[in-house]
Amino acid sequence: MDNLLSIVTFLPALAAVILLVFLRGDDEAANRNAKWLALIATSATFLISLFILAQFDSQNTGFQMVEQGEWLLGLQYKMGVDGISVLFVMLTTFMMPLVIAASWDVSHRVKEYMIAFLILETLMLGVFMALDLVLFYLFFEAGLIPMFLIIGIWGGKNRIYASFKFFLYTFLGSVLMLVAMVAMFSDAGTTDIEQLLVHQFGSESFSILGVQIVGGLQTLLFLAFFASFAVKMPMWPVHTWLPDAHVQAPTAGSVVLAAILLKMGGYGFLRFSLPMFPVGADVLTPLVLWMSAIAIVYTSLVALVQEDMKKLIAYSSVAHMGYVTMGIFAGNQQGIDGAIFQMISHGFISGALFLCVGVIYDRMHTRDIDAYGGLVNRMPAYALIFMLFTMANVGLPGTSGFIGEFLTLMGIFQVNTWIAAVATSGVILSAAYALWLYRRVVMGDLIKESLKTITDMTRRERAIFAPLVIATILFGVYPAPILDTIGPSVEALVSNYQTALAAAETATQVAVNH
Amino acid sequence: MLSADLGIILPEIILAIYAMLALLGAVYTVKDGAASLLVWVTSGLFLALAVWIGLNGAGTNVAFNGMFVDDGFARFAKIVILVSAAAVLLMSEAYMTRRGLLRFEYPLLIALAVVGMMMMVSAGDLMALYMGLELQSLALYVVASLRRDSLKSTEAGLKYFVLGALSSGLLLYGASLVYGYSGTTLFSGIIQTAVHGDLSLGLLFGLVFLISGLAFKVSAVPFHMWTPDGYEGSPTPVTAFFATAPKVAAMGLFARVMHDAFGAAVSDWSQVIALLSVLSMFLGAIAAIGQTDIKRLMAFSSIAHMGYALMGLAAGTAFGVQAMLIYMAIYVTMNIGTFAFILSMHRDGQPVSSIGALNMYSKREPGKALAMLVLLFSLAGVPPLVGFFGKLYVLRAAYEAGLAWLAIAGVIASVIGAFYYLRIVFYMYFGQERDDALDKSGSPVLWGMLMASAVIMVVGVVNLFGIEGAAAAAAATLVN
Repeated sequence: MDNLLSIVTFLPALAAVILLVFLRGDDEAANRNAKWLALIATSATFLISLFILAQFDSQNTGFQMVEQGEWLLGLQYKMGVDGISVLFVMLTTFMMPLVIAASWDVSHRVKEYMIAFLILETLMLGVFMALDLVLFYLFFEAGLIPMFLIIGIWGGKNRIYASFKFFLYTFLGSVLMLVAMVAMFSDAGTTDIEQLLVHQFGSESFSILGVQIVGGLQTLLFLAFFASFAVKMPMWPVHTWLPDAHVQAPTAGSVVLAAILLKMGGYGFLRFSLPMFPVGADVLTPLVLWMSAIAIVYTSLVALVQEDMKKLIAYSSVAHMGYVTMGIFAGNQQGIDGAIFQMISHGFISGALFLCVGVIYDRMHTRDIDAYGGLVNRMPAYALIFMLFTMANVGLPGTSGFIGEFLTLMGIFQVNTWIAAVATSGVILSAAYALWLYRRVVMGDLIKESLKTITDMTRRERAIFAPLVIATILFGVYPAPILDTIGPSVEALVSNYQTALAAAETATQVAVNH
Repeated sequence: MLSADLGIILPEIILAIYAMLALLGAVYTVKDGAASLLVWVTSGLFLALAVWIGLNGAGTNVAFNGMFVDDGFARFAKIVILVSAAAVLLMSEAYMTRRGLLRFEYPLLIALAVVGMMMMVSAGDLMALYMGLELQSLALYVVASLRRDSLKSTEAGLKYFVLGALSSGLLLYGASLVYGYSGTTLFSGIIQTAVHGDLSLGLLFGLVFLISGLAFKVSAVPFHMWTPDGYEGSPTPVTAFFATAPKVAAMGLFARVMHDAFGAAVSDWSQVIALLSVLSMFLGAIAAIGQTDIKRLMAFSSIAHMGYALMGLAAGTAFGVQAMLIYMAIYVTMNIGTFAFILSMHRDGQPVSSIGALNMYSKREPGKALAMLVLLFSLAGVPPLVGFFGKLYVLRAAYEAGLAWLAIAGVIASVIGAFYYLRIVFYMYFGQERDDALDKSGSPVLWGMLMASAVIMVVGVVNLFGIEGAAAAAAATLVN
């Protein structure tokens, strides 16, 4: 199949169009049809995407299964995957059927809900496959629209504020990236990512309004991209939209947000910032590393005092993303391997944790930690699953959370011991807030009157968790499939990065000697 | 010689003669009895002329010793003007007949205004420029106060007239300065005087006054004051018309004067236009936030959009003109759809224009709400909708002309602007249901325009329907 990637990308959108055009009515039957069609479409997408994995050759560090076509303004429609992106594609297709299944109880405007999620899947897949700068931007930004609607229509009490904040915050971050993209287009004469990866952007220092810009154009471009990805990631101090968005979004929206949308920032760093602006990245690495370290410690402390379960997990996400940025900007094999691994595993774990919250939220309609306690007495299966993911969130060896954290810490230790030390303390803090949450919600005696009739997980809910449990444990015990897939591409990325830095160093030396 | 000249200007002549004959003929009919028919005939004629110009036009033809220029640029602008005028006329018919507003003069005044616009974009001389501009403006002053018994409508017409006369005065003063210092009113003559070195001080003054007059017509800040009141007070179909064809004509004229007459001194006017652009973008974005009337909101939105179009013009390059043309074509398409929606907003037979009335509109009419959602995101410039590409073109033009600061200011203004478009989405989708719901509307024309416009915004992503190439060819004839 020549256009496998396009098929995978646009299949969900096709299903959305079918729903939009052909499904009429608002009765029980129509709702059921909408759910089933969405589930079938996302499952089919996952199955077809397995072919991508089968065809993928991890030894080849270039882009594979490339599709190319003319577009307007000298842009191209170009799709492809490499070792860095292929697993994000798989993560997306893997999570979406679970997300749809988790929203089986939605009763309010079901058809629109399913359409929004299907469109969102297309856009997310497009982000990871696009090999044209503007095409990437298109998918990247367009994802805001369905997410804005998901939070705004199906969200909680304070959903309006959260949806506006989400949209405007991320929009502001990305428009600067758009200007940078225009600048890159002018500088390199192309928007083809493959060619931009080998194009060298100017790194001679110059001054604007009397301010000396070390690293020149590269630093400016890096900053513009950084504005976008740091908000998306989200990094401290621009993370404040995330807790709001998470708390107000419906369960499925939170899962998508945590498991996939946050990964776009990290993917962007690996695809653009590091390989395209190595000098700029090098100049600003200390800043990014310290921001990550602060994020890990600060947001872990904030998580400790949260009273809302979703907010607690949201802050823990920010902390875990801190490990990712730290690993990426360590700039060595272990660091970047660990960062990608951490993103994939965080996709499973945080997704599962939000689903765990969803399970009890559906029953009690509250997310206050104080409203729970002693659930283990009536929900043993739930307690077991929640414990597994709590441990994985902490980074217990044997779960996938451990591998990612360990590798990033190992990577950063070779670069900067201080940051490694600060970040490692975050591991302890994460154990503190996660275990404390678990104790307050699940352990103890069941004394609250309202909880006396709570029921354990249904078969559907268990079925949703099963793949996540398997993935978390499998990759925790045997991480090789992931590391082998990303390894060669990461190696190429690292060696290019180091070569570019060395070349820039020599160029500066020569300039100084003259 | 004369016959050749007349041959070039034939579309304008046909339209002018048609308008006058129809005016004569309609006098003999029963009161406004022929109005509906005239609307359909007029818009049919617009479309026929658009097709004719599109198919027959070739090369650059100059008539009347350079006073009238028929080139690719003019043809592109004329087609956009004619098609959008036809669309708005058809939309007006549905709205006006229901309210007994439709008079036979309305389509004919619009036809005369369109003749003026076609003159504007083809002007090769300051006299031709002024004639076209005034023909357009006078017709528009009248239609703005079409609803004679409404205080707001007459007020809008009067305000528009007084401020329009003032701006015409500014423009004329500038034209006289330009004539005085260059010795000619022909654009091709004016450009000769600036070839050697910079403009003389007198010419520069003339240029600034000209720009002020033109900025009034495109309603760029700080010459925008008439726009919100004019938009709010005029009957909605007239507002829709204001927001579309005249804007294209004025931008076309703007580009023509700048490049044909002052193309040798780009750096002199580019900074002025860049300033107009940045002020318009920010004022349009910020002032719209507090609006509760959707027509007034669209007025500020159009001010902001003119700011973006001016960004393309400020670049002063062929690519900038191309970007401006594409932007205007996209802008007009979006506005036709949006106004089709606004025209269909009514409750108990009365038109409604408050945004609050849209509460939970998506519940009652999901199809129309979805189309409006698409248009709003497109207006905000969010990808993957076509409105984004308009922004992308002008940003690129500005950046490549060394106006990176303008591009950055533009994207920041677009984030501020996104807020008020989102606010309408908020009302339509997130709000509370209320009892005083809007009526379901039955007009197929309005529905069709809204849907067509929304579909174009989505499907256009594929290749913008090929207008890129046409706009590039058009821009190349203007800037060389």
